[in-house]
Amino acid sequence: MGSGRARRRLVWVLAAAVLCAAVAEGQSRNRRLRGRVKVDGSSTAAPIVMATAELFRAEAPRVQVTVGISGTGGGFKKFLTERANLRTDITNASRPIKPAELKRAKRLGVEFIEIPVAYDGIAVVVNPANDWCTHLTIDELRRIWQPGSQVKSWKDVRPGFPDVPLHLYGPGTDSGTFDYFVETVVGRARACRGDYTPSEDDNVLVQGVAGDRGALGYFGYSYYAENKDKLRLVGIKVGDRPPVKPDPQSIRDGRYHPLSRPLLMYVNKRAYQRPEVRAFMHFLLKNARRIVEDPRVSYVALDERLYRAARERLEAGITGSPLADPANRGKPLEQVYGQP
Amino acid sequence: MWTWLRRLKERTIYCWLLACGLVSIVVTVGIIWVLATESVQFFKHVSLWQYLSGTRWAPLLEPRSFGILPLVCGTLMVGVGALLIAVPIGLATAIFLSEYAPGWFRQIAKPVLEVLAGVPTIVYGFFALTFVTPKLLKPLLPQTEVFNAASAAIVVGIMIVPTISSLCDDAFRALPRSLREGGYALAATRLEVSTRIVLPGALSGVVAAVLLALARAIGETMAVTLAAGMTPKITANPLESIQTMTAYIVQVSLGDTPAGTIEYQTIFAVGMTLFVVTLVINLIAQRVMRRFREAYE
Repeated sequence: MGSGRARRRLVWVLAAAVLCAAVAEGQSRNRRLRGRVKVDGSSTAAPIVMATAELFRAEAPRVQVTVGISGTGGGFKKFLTERANLRTDITNASRPIKPAELKRAKRLGVEFIEIPVAYDGIAVVVNPANDWCTHLTIDELRRIWQPGSQVKSWKDVRPGFPDVPLHLYGPGTDSGTFDYFVETVVGRARACRGDYTPSEDDNVLVQGVAGDRGALGYFGYSYYAENKDKLRLVGIKVGDRPPVKPDPQSIRDGRYHPLSRPLLMYVNKRAYQRPEVRAFMHFLLKNARRIVEDPRVSYVALDERLYRAARERLEAGITGSPLADPANRGKPLEQVYGQP
Repeated sequence: MWTWLRRLKERTIYCWLLACGLVSIVVTVGIIWVLATESVQFFKHVSLWQYLSGTRWAPLLEPRSFGILPLVCGTLMVGVGALLIAVPIGLATAIFLSEYAPGWFRQIAKPVLEVLAGVPTIVYGFFALTFVTPKLLKPLLPQTEVFNAASAAIVVGIMIVPTISSLCDDAFRALPRSLREGGYALAATRLEVSTRIVLPGALSGVVAAVLLALARAIGETMAVTLAAGMTPKITANPLESIQTMTAYIVQVSLGDTPAGTIEYQTIFAVGMTLFVVTLVINLIAQRVMRRFREAYE
């Protein structure tokens, strides 16, 4: 009896082992990948990479992808640390790399490949009870947000607006969204008035604007999209053209200007040689449209051709940042990245 | 041979205990050293006068400005506001526990007060943000902002009630019973004995308790960071968003300011200011405590 049971157990174990081996044979190559991919940077772009990391885990469960949200500036600092073994492999950015950061990369010998992954618009929002402001010009925004601004009430914004106290909400100084908005609206880096309510957490900004009748705030479009019932969009009027409100279409075709921008990823060229990093980036670019347009991420996906061009850029190892050159910034992305 | 070994053991234990005792001194000196050296770097670029008298604090924005008064104003608003809440409640609690309450009540109330003191401060901050502001302040005063000094002052006040009440309670109990009995013998009511005999008699202890509680409220970090806001400004309106010195240090430390820049050095300058202020308050409180101890011994 004893040996019979033991023999039966052995048979089961052997069968299970054979089954496992067969299953393992049939896995895709990705499943055998192991390693770490370190990503950090913009909190605006992070949801895309985080969603990719989640999906990628199903493909390559042994690859550990960590995504930090130190902000665009903080991400570049971690991308370009003095000690090579502390550097991140990929950094997300909601603005192109700055000249000072480029210089540092050159000094440290860090070669990177810049690719676009999505478009984002900065949504300017007001409280739903605000029924007087449907659009603002960039000039009005500048007068509101510039340093030393004395605009304390809506009536100072435009004659005809009621005398309701104006309360401002926006990202803090570490945010790439802050950098981009201030440089675009006011014109100089970090030139912003100090008496607004800053927060790195966009959810706090949503709560602030939603709870305050005289509030005006700005943050990435996806946070508006998630909270449409609590906020009202303000159209942006440039010159004589009719005001444009941000939505996926107007962001992609450039009508929502100048507050739409590409979200970028900078990949360390040496890190890209590692199979897990390469597999991760290929996975991201192959599934980019699906990931970016998922309602939980809700950015504006690029054209498929651009994703393919980005992949070719990575494969060819074309280093440097085309968008660091201000002349390239107004051009459509197909022109900037289109030629591999 | 055994005496030699024993002497060695005694010596080793002595050295070890001495080292442990020195750790606290070394750490204190180390903290002061770090604060001082980095602050000196800061004051090479910004004059002390500009720092102490400027009314605009904007080290991270252009154009830069390093006047600390807005942060001091914010800190004082929260500190004084907290005292306004904590002193009446704490004092009344202490008087009740020492003069009025039956023994069994004291047995229950004292541990409960300790629990209040033991709640982590970040929970208080969270409580301010999600309960005090939206459910208490906004319905009563609709112009309250999402972040405001009042909700921070309220929760910090609740936080320091146990400090005040237990220190005042100790001060009251230190008074000899004969003082109270003299009052009762002269047909004074319990209220008269509490307010006219006990309270003035223990006044220096009460003042010391209030000062220590103020020092704690000024140094409070997490609750104000969550609840009071990040907008440095000089204002008298507690319903607006302000920034305290502690919240500013949190903001810059958690951000991506590179080491060695002047923005980084502001952390140490503000930290030094905070340290000096709380040190002065604590020294005054100690002086007052010593005086109160001498009077009845």
